[in-house]
Amino acid sequence: MDMVKLSRREFLTYSGIMGSGLILGCNTTEQAQSKIAQNAINSGLAKSDRLNLFVAIQADGTVEIVSHRVEMGQGSKTGIPQIVAEELEADWQKVKVIQGLGNKAYGNQNTDGSTSIRLFFEKLREMGASARMMLEQAAAQYWQVPIEAVYAKENYIINKNTQAKLAYGDLAELASKQVVPDIKSLKFKAPEQYRLIGKPVPIVDLKEMTMGKANYGVDKTLPNMLIASIERCPVLHGKVSSFNAEKALAVPGVVKVIEMPATRDVVSFFPLAGVAVLATNTWAAMQGRKLLEIQWDLGEKQHINSDQEFETYKNNLNQKPIFVAKKGDVKNGFLSAKTLVEARYKTPYLVHAPMEPPMATAWFHDGICEIWACVQDPQSTMNSAAAMMNLPADMFVVEPTLLGGAFGRKSKPDFSNEAVFLAHKTQQPVKVVWSREDDIQQGYYHAGALENIKAGIDDKGNITTWHQQTVYPTIASTFNNDKHTPQDFELSLGFGDLAYDFDHVLMEKAEAKAPVRIGWMRSVCNIQHAFALNCFLDEIAHKINKPTAEVMLKALGADRNVNHKEEFGFSFTNYSEKLERHPYSTKRYREVLQHLIKQTPIDQTLPNNQGWGIAVHRSFVSYIAVASKVSVVNNKLSVDEIHCVVDCGLAINPDRIKAQMEGAMIFGLSIALMGKIDIKAGQVVQSNFHDYPVTRMPQAPNITVHLLNPTENVPSGVGEPGVPPVAPSICNAIFAATGQRYRDLPLNQYLTV
Amino acid sequence: MITLNVNNQDHQIDAPDEMPLLWAIRDLMQYTGTKFGCGKGLCGACTVHINGQPIRSCITPVALAKNSKIKTIEGVSDKGDHVIQIAWQENNVPQCGYCQSGQIMNALPLIERSAEKNTTPTDEEIDNHMAGNICRCGTYPRIKQAIKDATVALIKGA
Repeated sequence: MDMVKLSRREFLTYSGIMGSGLILGCNTTEQAQSKIAQNAINSGLAKSDRLNLFVAIQADGTVEIVSHRVEMGQGSKTGIPQIVAEELEADWQKVKVIQGLGNKAYGNQNTDGSTSIRLFFEKLREMGASARMMLEQAAAQYWQVPIEAVYAKENYIINKNTQAKLAYGDLAELASKQVVPDIKSLKFKAPEQYRLIGKPVPIVDLKEMTMGKANYGVDKTLPNMLIASIERCPVLHGKVSSFNAEKALAVPGVVKVIEMPATRDVVSFFPLAGVAVLATNTWAAMQGRKLLEIQWDLGEKQHINSDQEFETYKNNLNQKPIFVAKKGDVKNGFLSAKTLVEARYKTPYLVHAPMEPPMATAWFHDGICEIWACVQDPQSTMNSAAAMMNLPADMFVVEPTLLGGAFGRKSKPDFSNEAVFLAHKTQQPVKVVWSREDDIQQGYYHAGALENIKAGIDDKGNITTWHQQTVYPTIASTFNNDKHTPQDFELSLGFGDLAYDFDHVLMEKAEAKAPVRIGWMRSVCNIQHAFALNCFLDEIAHKINKPTAEVMLKALGADRNVNHKEEFGFSFTNYSEKLERHPYSTKRYREVLQHLIKQTPIDQTLPNNQGWGIAVHRSFVSYIAVASKVSVVNNKLSVDEIHCVVDCGLAINPDRIKAQMEGAMIFGLSIALMGKIDIKAGQVVQSNFHDYPVTRMPQAPNITVHLLNPTENVPSGVGEPGVPPVAPSICNAIFAATGQRYRDLPLNQYLTV
Repeated sequence: MITLNVNNQDHQIDAPDEMPLLWAIRDLMQYTGTKFGCGKGLCGACTVHINGQPIRSCITPVALAKNSKIKTIEGVSDKGDHVIQIAWQENNVPQCGYCQSGQIMNALPLIERSAEKNTTPTDEEIDNHMAGNICRCGTYPRIKQAIKDATVALIKGA
């Protein structure tokens, strides 16, 4: 093989391309290209030889690929570069993943909603293919052959005629000077040519994570940095009346005591009222904080009690239902039904409790403010800091660290705003450290919810009539004080997007005022909606003496793509996806359920006190069916086995999808068994893992994950959709085992878990 | 000043006796591999060894760690190639990775004890031994497999 071996300098001299070049972007429009070129300065890539916003190649052949989303355990820091490297024909061993800083040029960086792969799959392929084509152009120019005469293979461009090879590292600078290819001219690999997509590539931080060398928000250290621990008002919208800084300042290591700004009327991502103790080490800050003797003006919410709130929700549903959507005539439907079934379900307030509590470091220097934080969205971190400080957003440089779990909590950058506020006050680097108690008691909570469902069934066992109601405080209340009912974006999470084909449908909601800050938590309102829906279908099945799966399959009706706007008049938001790209397919719904039945022995004869339960749900445009096997002995519940079938379209990294499903089963198990936040006197009662327990190893069952059709359809969500079917499958299994129906979560109020 | 021996190195630190070992290790000695999770000994993220025994460093005052050998995750190996780390890597255990230092430090004596007895720990033994370590990502099934694999590797290697 005739292989050109030139030093980089020789190559560049030979090619006559010495000197500094332009930074070229790659995007769909020319306008966007120049913008990307400018913003590339802030991309975190090496300064030379960038091929576009996502790709730079170093002289030694190292291929730098940006992951523009954040990593919190879901694996996209590996999946994103896998896609780029695939089309780039990069040698994965030479790929170095660069964490993208906050930068509008990347588009949406808000790493939630299970969006990282599904929203960016095409764009990332374009980035890889465009960079590859620039390398091909450069090699063709060097060999003086048409571009058709060369091809890329694992970090080399090969001359088809001579079999000569040029390494990416040698070509990089010449490539960076090529005209950015028109998107339409890009050629993509056929799926059968994939070497990385569809492969279980290990995560890029794997080794460091086993060595304690991976860096999270809590790990940031800077010279002269102060560490802050903040006592926040225990009741939302309460105020600091007075405090005593003297005793805190007497603790060795404590340097400053600073009152936080008052909680804003619209809480959004702004800090909560409180007092910060800043010290040279974390322990001193925490000790000083205990000595502040704060007197609070607790305000109006100090009389709120979550048990009473649920009573109000119930009354509002009964007495003041608000119309959402309808089809046919439920009144007549119920009159002509042979059998009626009716039930109410309750799911409590929940909190995320990631293993790493919120942590953020900020530092004002040289006309900028740098932020290092475990945030899910570096752009909202910049924008909300700018709004709080009344400073331009582009003076905030946000570097997301690894996130020690997040589950939605860290999409709310209130904690980084605390660090920004304190860093500005002190003109020193400040790291804000949240304790576990802070995390449990000052969260953005998953809202407690009630669901009523009533169904009418005809003499042939068909469900003809369906009346469902839902109520919970809306996430919108965090951003708008006038929002007191579930919004369409929330009702689109497993409520208004009903898969089942009934003649008469009525959907209603009711008012619920927020007692605390409300926020997104992994799978969001699908938790309550899928719980009620799947438990209720199981109740119907037992009432009419049919297997649950049969009832579900029959209710799905003929395969169809549901248009909820046309069918019920419901404005379904479809997880921000177009229905043309991600139809609501009852075929895929049916297929995951049938595959589950096939793969799982749910019909086996079991000893007394054991049982299987199933649930199926579409969320984040993925389809998931779950079967759980439980045993209940002497009132002790044990979840022995969980099977999960997932259809999430094209599987980029099957191992990470399996890992996410395993994790989702265990997250769902925490919700089913133990998760509950109570609010008394406006304050969160729970405080740490002793009273807000989460699943531990002895409670974790054997889990089997089946990927269905992993090469069909475009990629869909992975991080969240595993969660919703878990709790209903367990409650249905308990009914099968014991005949006891539990409609209120968590189960530890009834059973030892 | 207190002298602490961490990973076979003596460190002179200025800390009150009651400061939890966790914050001394992290803030005063810059071994940041040991993580803060709960501050109450409830989650195991802060697990280190004192004289070979896993302890929760978030509730262990530095005074109790004087004249002892402290080992943190950084002391397990220089290159990340201890059998337990390799087993964790081969099973692709971590998701967010935050709790894994504590999981590994807690699991290590179980693996060593089991290997000495020439047996692989049962599911029940692993459950009992690891019940104090929370992983919110839910990596438990893989941790369990990695513990078994590491034990087998240690037996073979010994």
